[in-house]
Amino acid sequence: MSEPHSLASLVRPSRTSPITKLSGLLEPHRLILLALFIAGLVAAILLMDWSWLPRYLPKLWEGLQITLIMLFSSVVVGFLFALPLGLAQVSGVWPLRWLATGFCTVIRGTPLLLQLWLFYFGLGALFGQFPEIRDSWAWDYLRQAWPYGFIALTVSFAAYQGEIMRGAFAGVPHGELEAAEAFGMSRLKVFTRVWFPRALHRALPTLTGEIILQLKSTPLVATITVMDLYAVITQVRQTTYLTYEPLLFLVAVYLCLSGILIVGLRWLENRVPH
Amino acid sequence: MANEPAIEIRDLRKRFGSLEVLKGISLTAGQGDIVAIIGGSGSGKSTLLRCINLLERPTSGEVAIQGETYRMRASRHGDLEIADRRQVQRIRAHLGMVFQNFNLWPHRTVLENVIEVPIHVLGMKRDEAVHRAEKLLDRVGLGSKQSMYPGFMSGGQQQRAAIARVLAVDPLAMLFDEPTSALDPELVGEVLSVIRDLAAEQRTMMLVTHEMAFARDVASHVVFLREGVIEEQGPPEQIFGDPRSPHLKQFISSVA
Repeated sequence: MSEPHSLASLVRPSRTSPITKLSGLLEPHRLILLALFIAGLVAAILLMDWSWLPRYLPKLWEGLQITLIMLFSSVVVGFLFALPLGLAQVSGVWPLRWLATGFCTVIRGTPLLLQLWLFYFGLGALFGQFPEIRDSWAWDYLRQAWPYGFIALTVSFAAYQGEIMRGAFAGVPHGELEAAEAFGMSRLKVFTRVWFPRALHRALPTLTGEIILQLKSTPLVATITVMDLYAVITQVRQTTYLTYEPLLFLVAVYLCLSGILIVGLRWLENRVPH
Repeated sequence: MANEPAIEIRDLRKRFGSLEVLKGISLTAGQGDIVAIIGGSGSGKSTLLRCINLLERPTSGEVAIQGETYRMRASRHGDLEIADRRQVQRIRAHLGMVFQNFNLWPHRTVLENVIEVPIHVLGMKRDEAVHRAEKLLDRVGLGSKQSMYPGFMSGGQQQRAAIARVLAVDPLAMLFDEPTSALDPELVGEVLSVIRDLAAEQRTMMLVTHEMAFARDVASHVVFLREGVIEEQGPPEQIFGDPRSPHLKQFISSVA
């Protein structure tokens, strides 16, 4: 079905030149707000105690890396699982459909923190009881905390995206799939050439939003002793007894990360034809 | 094989649940025949057409394309299901269907729509497919619109692109499912003139249409369907000029 040109231009902001945008900044109330913000920033930098920063920089950098690894690994693997979850709910046989729906409902219906703790304190302790597991190669990983963090984040992302992909797959107009079938495409070809690309294009804006939300969920792994950025800052607070500086630093880092992600993902969206 | 009829339908029946839509249809379309299927709504015209490329599976009966019968087997639900998927896919790759709602793939440009099946189903090389596609799009009057996305085109343009998409597979028969029913009246003419051109080339075509004047002009054989059976069939001069069945007389006068 075709969207009229005008509807698309309603949704997307009109392209104003940078000069017009900058001159919009020059209005009095915006100038005052900008001045206040800069003053606040300068005050924060000059008046607050940042002496801990150089000392903790290597640890903070490691923590940031852990945060990013948790984010990207759970997003990629979670999305790979989301595809069969979504597909099963749309076109699978009823046992698969039931399993997929049940999985998504339970995971989306319980808090991530709870799932995290059930995996780490529950499964983690359980695995330790079995000598077969303790003696195997897997024990090296299963006695550390980060695999459980990765699993919980992945499972959570998969459930939410599975629901989104279900809607995306169901929403591709049946006629387009029928046309592909009518021209002799095998079911796999119909999926890879028409169904999946169309579903992905429909879901892309939502998916990019979900990736940015996943960033906000990653600090929870600190509660199971994974040393991500948030965990390091907690350590800083505990040893220096400072409250605002470490937290403001955390705020600034998350803002920057979100900003980079938003810009990057929007660029990706614009590259995809629609 | 060249002497085989292009499409042969033998005692086709189709029911949806308790509703019997096709009640024993037998029809043959020879090479180069242009068959127009007319009838009121609910008569089973679209269902009949969709059984030819097995988009609908018949409850019983046989369909043969150029002498090759689709291999079917009984399903659990009491009708037939496809026994040999590969055979169906192979035959479908040389049929082509033009849909009422165009059904172009909106995530691809018009050119990409037309080269999609030749490259990915027929295994043609990309250069050759693009070359052929450009000529076909020129032919249907869309030469300058190759890199447009379907969403930005009028209905008439989209349908002409859909026709080019079918022509790209060099079909042994073309199926048209009410090709102009979803178009604004001003755009109907441009699509009909493209179909008229194709008809002059002795292509085998089967059209379900409400455009009586067009059917009369272009068809070599007209089939009047009513309540799932062929009530009357024959050359257009007879069907439109000298209808025998009272229902057909009533139908023509109500649509004319």
